[in-house]
Amino acid sequence: MILPMFNPGQGPGSDFVELLRSTSGARADISPTQAGLENIRHGTTIVALKFSDGVVMAGDRRATEGHSIAHRKMEKVFPADRHSGIAIAGAAGFAMEMVRLFQTQLQHYEKVEGAPLSLEGKANQLSLMIRSNLPMAFQGLAVVPLFAGYDLGRSQGRIFSYDVTGGRYEETDFHATGSGGRDARTTIKLGYKKDLSKDQAIQLAIQGLYEAADEDSATGGPDLVRGIYPTVATITKEGFVSIQEEEVSQLFKALIQTKSGDGQTI
Amino acid sequence: MSMPYYVAPEQVMKDRADYARKGIARGRSLVALSIDNGILIVAENPSKSLHKVSEIYDRIAFAGAGKYNEFDQLRVAGVRHADTKGYTYSREDVDARSLANIYAQYLGQVFTHEMKPLEVEILVAEVNSSSEKDELFRILYDGTVVDEENFAVLGGEAEDISQALKDGWKDNLDLSGALKSAVKALEGPERKILPTQLEVALLDRTMSGRVFRRLEDGEVKELLS
Repeated sequence: MILPMFNPGQGPGSDFVELLRSTSGARADISPTQAGLENIRHGTTIVALKFSDGVVMAGDRRATEGHSIAHRKMEKVFPADRHSGIAIAGAAGFAMEMVRLFQTQLQHYEKVEGAPLSLEGKANQLSLMIRSNLPMAFQGLAVVPLFAGYDLGRSQGRIFSYDVTGGRYEETDFHATGSGGRDARTTIKLGYKKDLSKDQAIQLAIQGLYEAADEDSATGGPDLVRGIYPTVATITKEGFVSIQEEEVSQLFKALIQTKSGDGQTI
Repeated sequence: MSMPYYVAPEQVMKDRADYARKGIARGRSLVALSIDNGILIVAENPSKSLHKVSEIYDRIAFAGAGKYNEFDQLRVAGVRHADTKGYTYSREDVDARSLANIYAQYLGQVFTHEMKPLEVEILVAEVNSSSEKDELFRILYDGTVVDEENFAVLGGEAEDISQALKDGWKDNLDLSGALKSAVKALEGPERKILPTQLEVALLDRTMSGRVFRRLEDGEVKELLS
């Protein structure tokens, strides 16, 4: 490897994607017609909702290939940097690549410029990355992430949802996307109120995922046999924190207890 | 037709080296020490925003003495190299030794082939599980790489500062002790440096992930008292 030095006025600045392009040339694209669309892994339901001190993000663990379960322990909620997180739904391969690229880009910018991007700047950056995946989205390999973070400038949590064209929409309270997103969203909508506490918000996110798994075949519910539970994380002024799996399992067990105890069939 | 003057290659190199050294000596010095909880880098720098010490990657830091615009260009190139490598392969594949070699190649190339050598001296430091495994590479304006042990000194008054550090050296110094001896060495016998004129950063051995952190004025003041 050689030192990536550029003449003044010619370098990629603080843009990592541009840097990759200028140092390694265009990368080979996978042609979906060759790969066979059904056999590409898809990740499913992710949710995000605001509470008094920040944002909760959560996602189930199932990846599907067509109608079969491809993976049971997939992570869909990642820290983007210290004060923001990204959750992914859609074509798993592209989505995970996008997460890695996004994480590197945020860190790259912070190091080159000496200060982190604003939350708004990060959200826009992600928008561009989704936009560049548009040709793939037309072939059925869409990536639709959720981006959430704690805005240090405004002292509040913020949530951004996206469409396949890179359209960026700021959500006021909560959002859920992926194949079970509709069910999760309805559940959260019914239980949501302003200024939830952290525990209440986590509880609501878990409920949303539970109902999504109940209605949608591609969303994985709590797997009591294997001990696999959805991932939950909070983002506050203190930063991105993953909730321990043990704690999540307790919450799910309690939820199942109430459901079966009441004899509800919903 | 006029004949070009003949200048002996020895003379050309010597002139360039003198030029570079003079440029480096104009700036203030800095030191890096391998201590019990990491690598401490202390620079005399009155500016709060133009940094001499900065983060390259998870466990790697960069420091430069000499001409600011030149070493800052090298710093950005280092960040680019590290991020590209970490993205292409894996985060654990990014190491200080390979980065130091790439810097050395570049500086050597500029020194022999360009009109003007770079007036910089740089440090690439990597913190590891114990003080013996820490790496401190000092790279000179002509591409010479020095693999330093325990501590490294950059800048014009390197010799005096090295001597002062060596005299007061103890293995596994704690943060406060190390900072005090670093400041004392930078000050020399006559001068006094205020905490606000220091730029202090630590590659923290006890942390995981990105371990580079800057020590703010208040913390520096407290550690020095």
